[in-house]
Amino acid sequence: MEEVGLLINGIYLKVPQGYTLLQAAQQLGVDIPTLCYHPELPSEGNCRLCVVEIGEHPRTRLVNSCTYPVEPGLNVQTHSEKVLQARRITLELLLARAPKAKLIQELAAEMGIHESRFKSEDPYELCILCGLCVRTCREIVGVSAISMANRTPGKLVTTPFLEPSDACIGCGSCAFVCPTEVIPYIEKDGKRIIWGREFELVRCNICGNYIAPMAQLEHWAKLTGEPVEHYFVCRDCR
Amino acid sequence: MMDVERLETILTQYEGYPQDLIPILQDIQDQYHYLPKDELKVVAQRLNVPLTKVYSVATFYKMFSLVPKGRHELRVCLGTTCHLKGGQRLLESVSSHLGIEPGYTTADMQFSLETVGCLGSCAQAPVMMVDDKYYARMTIDKVTKVLKLYKE
Ligand code: SF4
Ligand code: FES
Ligand code: FES
Repeated sequence: MEEVGLLINGIYLKVPQGYTLLQAAQQLGVDIPTLCYHPELPSEGNCRLCVVEIGEHPRTRLVNSCTYPVEPGLNVQTHSEKVLQARRITLELLLARAPKAKLIQELAAEMGIHESRFKSEDPYELCILCGLCVRTCREIVGVSAISMANRTPGKLVTTPFLEPSDACIGCGSCAFVCPTEVIPYIEKDGKRIIWGREFELVRCNICGNYIAPMAQLEHWAKLTGEPVEHYFVCRDCR
Repeated sequence: MMDVERLETILTQYEGYPQDLIPILQDIQDQYHYLPKDELKVVAQRLNVPLTKVYSVATFYKMFSLVPKGRHELRVCLGTTCHLKGGQRLLESVSSHLGIEPGYTTADMQFSLETVGCLGSCAQAPVMMVDDKYYARMTIDKVTKVLKLYKE
């Protein structure tokens, strides 16, 4: 495979072509904070927390390391004053956006930020619009039941028309991947409720434990080509 | 009830590729003055794109609306220049003439009122638009005259 040589914090290294700056930094063991990045998902560069400084002084600029590809000879600084300053502002904005999100509070505190200079629209907001749930549902689950809607400031993640979605299989993947645990996911009395839709859980034919919603079992069957009955027995009993 | 034929007339003008989405939504918006939910569901099926895609596009662009808009759309410019040249007073005048705040539609469904940032005719500020037509160097007196042109 073609390799590209570049400098990260003054250290020269070679990485495969097509790597992002973030991947290159990780290979070197340099820790860059991220929020909307997930190794299994296409990067979108939504949160801007992963910014790094590239280029030669004094003509440097800031880019998202999770989306910017490595270039031969590129000079990258991951923790320069400019970078730290930008990350602090990003965190202050995120803190104003989602004041109640624990993860953001912690990340901010690590950088010495305890309150935001920016005005908060909603003091109870938890969603940071990282889009991990949207991408997980679309790319990994493969159904696309949720998406971003509206422009900022009214931007939000939702099912179309804010209605229970026909496409949703009730798998809960979106709720699990959410870093700020904002997606309500309730499982009780043989029912799972997510995105305002109620799913009956199917019981295992052998032990009687609840497995998953029928829609999810049907989805598995479709993906694997097995008959859906195959999934009426839970993993433990198979 | 959905008017199937009305929608078909629009859809048959396109090949049905996913990239036809925005032009189709524009046609629907032009003809219906909004994007009805049932129609959007049909569009998603027809173009074979997820409904989430249709919904996020429909809610992202300012030119689209999910709630019915009036027969005529009024846009009062509040760009920097128009603002300095009395755009706000113009807006208040239009608003009180129609009896609606920006973002709303009159009860008889004749007019919708919006504000916009710079219509690109700063030299003739303050500017407003009715549908596709520009009205430049607006004054409070002119508001009545202009609106009369569109009243039934
Ligand atoms: S629960 Fe529904 S919305 Fe969430 S990932 Fe699964 S299918 Fe998508
Ligand atoms: S992790 Fe790169 S922009 Fe969010
Ligand atoms: S500010 Fe109104 S046209 Fe430019």
